[in-house]
Amino acid sequence: MSKTTTKTKTGWFQLMKPYFEDMKHTMYLWRRNKLAIVGSIIIAAFLFIAIFAPLLTPYQPDVQNLSNKLLPPSSEHPFGTDQFGRDIMCRILYGSRIAIQIVLIVTIISGFIGISVGVTAGYFGGIVDEILMRITDMFLAFPRLVLAMAFAAMLGPNLTNMIIAISLVNWTPYARISRAESLRVKGQPYIESIRSMGASNFRIMFSHVLPMTISPVLVQLTLRMGTIIITAAGLGFLGLGAQPPSPEWGVMVSDGRSYLIDQWWVSTFPGLAIAIVVLGFNLLGDGIRDMMDPRLRR
Amino acid sequence: MNIWTYILKRLLLMILVLFGVACIVFFIAHVIPADPISAMLGGNAPDEVIKRVEAQLGYDKPLIVQFYNFITGAVVGDFGLSLRTNNPVMQDINNYFPATLELTIFAILISTILGISLGVLSAVHRNKIIDHFSRVFSIVGVSMPVFWTGLLLLLLFYYRLGWLPAAGRLDFFTMPPDHITGMYLLDSLLTGNWEVFKDALRHILLPAFCLGFLATASIARTTRASMLDVLKQEYITTAKAKGLKKNIVINRHALRNSLIPTVTIIGLTFGSLLEGAVLTETVFSWPGLGRYITQGLLFLDYNSVMGGTLYIAFVYSLANLAVDILYAVLDPRMRT
Repeated sequence: MSKTTTKTKTGWFQLMKPYFEDMKHTMYLWRRNKLAIVGSIIIAAFLFIAIFAPLLTPYQPDVQNLSNKLLPPSSEHPFGTDQFGRDIMCRILYGSRIAIQIVLIVTIISGFIGISVGVTAGYFGGIVDEILMRITDMFLAFPRLVLAMAFAAMLGPNLTNMIIAISLVNWTPYARISRAESLRVKGQPYIESIRSMGASNFRIMFSHVLPMTISPVLVQLTLRMGTIIITAAGLGFLGLGAQPPSPEWGVMVSDGRSYLIDQWWVSTFPGLAIAIVVLGFNLLGDGIRDMMDPRLRR
Repeated sequence: MNIWTYILKRLLLMILVLFGVACIVFFIAHVIPADPISAMLGGNAPDEVIKRVEAQLGYDKPLIVQFYNFITGAVVGDFGLSLRTNNPVMQDINNYFPATLELTIFAILISTILGISLGVLSAVHRNKIIDHFSRVFSIVGVSMPVFWTGLLLLLLFYYRLGWLPAAGRLDFFTMPPDHITGMYLLDSLLTGNWEVFKDALRHILLPAFCLGFLATASIARTTRASMLDVLKQEYITTAKAKGLKKNIVINRHALRNSLIPTVTIIGLTFGSLLEGAVLTETVFSWPGLGRYITQGLLFLDYNSVMGGTLYIAFVYSLANLAVDILYAVLDPRMRT
């Protein structure tokens, strides 16, 4: 009995061995890439803060205390307080929850749209491809932020609509990449053989083309996470995204504009938070891209 | 394919895409808002006022007629009246766009000079301090939100040091130069008006630097990569072996050949700069098209939003077309 278990275990291990080797190699490449490590640490800290925000600060993000308004940074309020006496550090910590929500939802929605459009276009080719790619071109003909602004304003500026707006303008690069990948995959003999066995188009696309196209799209998804945060903060800053009193970072920077001369900390710290988190995503994204690059893997 | 056939094909495609863009803009402004009129007038406006505004805007007509009117108007540049400024939207665009163009061009100049120098330096001194510095500078540069960078620049150079002005294109008491292009720097140069030129230059420095900072990173990275490729070529070794000075080898032999990818990147950054211009203009109260659109959106001024957005998409597509054509001229393989 025990003998067979070990046998199946080793069998299983043998089967997965290439994957483990691959993973080990990836870890090796990751450890050698100092910037990627810095990025990973920043993002890990970001996630940690987002999850444990209430435990890290004694204050509440939207409780006003006018007797404490516009206090400079001190040991009690490390980043100072804003015009309503709210602790800025506390608001930044809670703001990370909004940021992560935006990044995740936008990535999922726009990734879904982009991959669907791209794989469909690449797989069917011909007229379907023409039409879908021209639609993509139409979305690419706008500067992204301008289009997102228009969507957000017309839907009514709030957090949910801002997420929808960013998703609607953010899918184009994923569509282009997954199209290019599916074009490459669909010419392979194994697709031909599956089709000759009678598999439906949907089945081929979903379970045979899609998995082969996914990894460059995933790289792109991580690379663009920083951009999503920047766009969201920009919309918040312009008043077309999350609305006060939400502790969204762009809104907080905008709040502090009127106090820039004498109370520099109101705008500076939320902006610094955006910059650091975006930096983390960019470093990590670059690192992942380098690790996935077959020329560098060897 | 002949280069002219290629250009013709691209132009036709662009017209098709612009039609689609107009559809998207129309969809955004007319289909998404549930009730634009009451959003504009507030919830409890009298019925006859609502009727009058509807008729004035043409909202009482069927959607398809409105669409027809919008498209036919757009072709000749007639987007109707702006509800906020009461001017024809096209007139507003003509007033505001030169400011954006001037800012963007100046930003491209700054980022090109800065980006190419950084790129060349870090390629020549590969893996030395300057290369690491340029790498960190680039990645930090793209990570900073442009509106925040703008505020920090304002804080330092306006409030603390008082070196540069904060808002607008000219001082309050300076008369704008005679209108030729609408770009104050160029106009004042053409009319030889040095006082205005100096004032306009002082005003544009901060916003242009803030905006150009965005693009510097990608230009520097591209220049570095292509410069490294070129430096490996044999003719560079030959040039060095001939005993030419290092400066001459780098500037005359290597740099020229490494600039082709850089040119493309510079063209492409124009788009991201237009995007950044929206935020920069808001921070520096720069009276450009991006700020015009933002204000239009906040006031739900539909005509100016549709006109402005379509115009920006048009300029953006034109820039991308120019890049594609330039690329096709430089590299025949692209003409497929």
